[in-house]
Amino acid sequence: MKWLPKSMFILLFCYLSLPVIGTVLYSFATTWHQSILPEGWTLQTYERLFVDAMFWKALGRTVWLAGGSVIVAMVVIVPALLYIVVYFPKYERWIQLLILGVYAFPGIILAVGLLRSYNGTGIPMLLILSGAYVISVVPFIYQSLKNTMNGLNARALMDAAELLGATKWQAFRKVILPLVKTGLFVGALLSFSALVGEFVLINLVVGSKFETIQMYLMKKMSASGHLASAIVVVYLVGIIGLTGAAARLMHSQMKKGAM
Amino acid sequence: MVWLRKRLIFIPLSLFVLLFFIVPLVDLLRSSVSSSGGWTIQHYVSIFQNSFILQAFQNSIQLSFVSAVIALVVTLFAVYAMSLFGETFRTRALLVTNVLSNVSGIPLAFAFIVLLGNSGVFLLLAEHWGIPIGSFSLYSWTGLLFIYVYFQLPLALLLLYPVMEGLKDDWKEAASLLGASPFQFWRRIGIPIIWPSIVGTFSILFANAMGAYASAYALTGSNYNLVAIRIGALLSGDIFAQPELASAIAVLLGVVMVIALILSEWTLRKTRGRLE
Repeated sequence: MKWLPKSMFILLFCYLSLPVIGTVLYSFATTWHQSILPEGWTLQTYERLFVDAMFWKALGRTVWLAGGSVIVAMVVIVPALLYIVVYFPKYERWIQLLILGVYAFPGIILAVGLLRSYNGTGIPMLLILSGAYVISVVPFIYQSLKNTMNGLNARALMDAAELLGATKWQAFRKVILPLVKTGLFVGALLSFSALVGEFVLINLVVGSKFETIQMYLMKKMSASGHLASAIVVVYLVGIIGLTGAAARLMHSQMKKGAM
Repeated sequence: MVWLRKRLIFIPLSLFVLLFFIVPLVDLLRSSVSSSGGWTIQHYVSIFQNSFILQAFQNSIQLSFVSAVIALVVTLFAVYAMSLFGETFRTRALLVTNVLSNVSGIPLAFAFIVLLGNSGVFLLLAEHWGIPIGSFSLYSWTGLLFIYVYFQLPLALLLLYPVMEGLKDDWKEAASLLGASPFQFWRRIGIPIIWPSIVGTFSILFANAMGAYASAYALTGSNYNLVAIRIGALLSGDIFAQPELASAIAVLLGVVMVIALILSEWTLRKTRGRLE
């Protein structure tokens, strides 16, 4: 009776990998019509992609927008979160409520509200988008932070350090920060990759005048399938690298915490 | 004063939440009930009189429901299978799932075009080998279902894995010592214990699909009639832009999302209590 679950497991992972494998093969293919594997192989698609200035510009805009938003998010969110975790655990309920709200009102709903509030006010919509991005990454940062602080009594650590003569700032910098820095880094990585993949808000709130990598891909999809597949492969390599690194870091950190 | 000084550090975050979350949502709600003259429920009335928008809700709900059920059933078996493998293998499987959960939106839509699009590899192969595929089109309800199931699977696995982990081996052994078959164990003990989690996971998956936009948009532009696509089209249509109507639809979608997520919070909390 074990064959059913096992075959479902295999089916699931085949289903998840097939589109990825298909796209990778397609990006290296000359033509692919008659057989299981492409009829010929080429690197030309990638050459064409890498000489396209639009590609690099779109990539630059994406990194700039996602990276900038993550930096602002870290500056705004992290001090408040750490302060809550150490001194106001009862306020964690509010953070959890905010996270529930972020999931309950995804981009397609929030976009309508952002346009209603700020369209035509003269404030650049890119700034507004960036602000909305900051809120949208709260779940990633909170979860990563909680994972590294698992079972840790931060308040007691702070008090002990202060009792030994450290100032609040010293205690925070020398005791708390080293404990949570991996978690914060993982949170930043996950936030960054989530924002790189964001499309709804930027498409509806800012539009095509700020062409990110997602929009560049959208444009190329109708023009050249091969080129689009190369973009997807480059994109996936980047995202998989980022999230894979984050997951590995988190795993080793949690193991350390368990010891 | 001391009370406030101790909380100064919360001001930037509170300000961001206010400006980029609360204010837009309040404006959304307000715009859904306002007309040039004053307050009105006309936009809501017109949703219920507009068969096109009602059909969008029907399509979205069906797509979300079916994709959530398929992903849930497959994943339940899959996480059970994972418990039969060793620890290292499980950790790797989770890592891969975690990473693959990022394959979504427009890149995902494109990957499916490569496989199942009008000149997709599988369709050409099927034609070449004379396998009948009927009138399958990726750009239809069935086609979208393939994509929706794809992005539901990793989420379902990441949600259900800890639940399956929580089921103690002792219980299985105890049940089998008392003469229960594995089937009886699952029917009488296993499934009843994790049932709230299954319902909770289902609601998260349902909400996840209801709010999805990018894949369907990348495949069909504004042509396929889903709630999220309708909202987008009503926002960005140059001539037909009707932001108030878009607001009203968005509010209704928000109500559905809130109900689904409250249900999941409540049920997931319930199992957590049972497994401890």
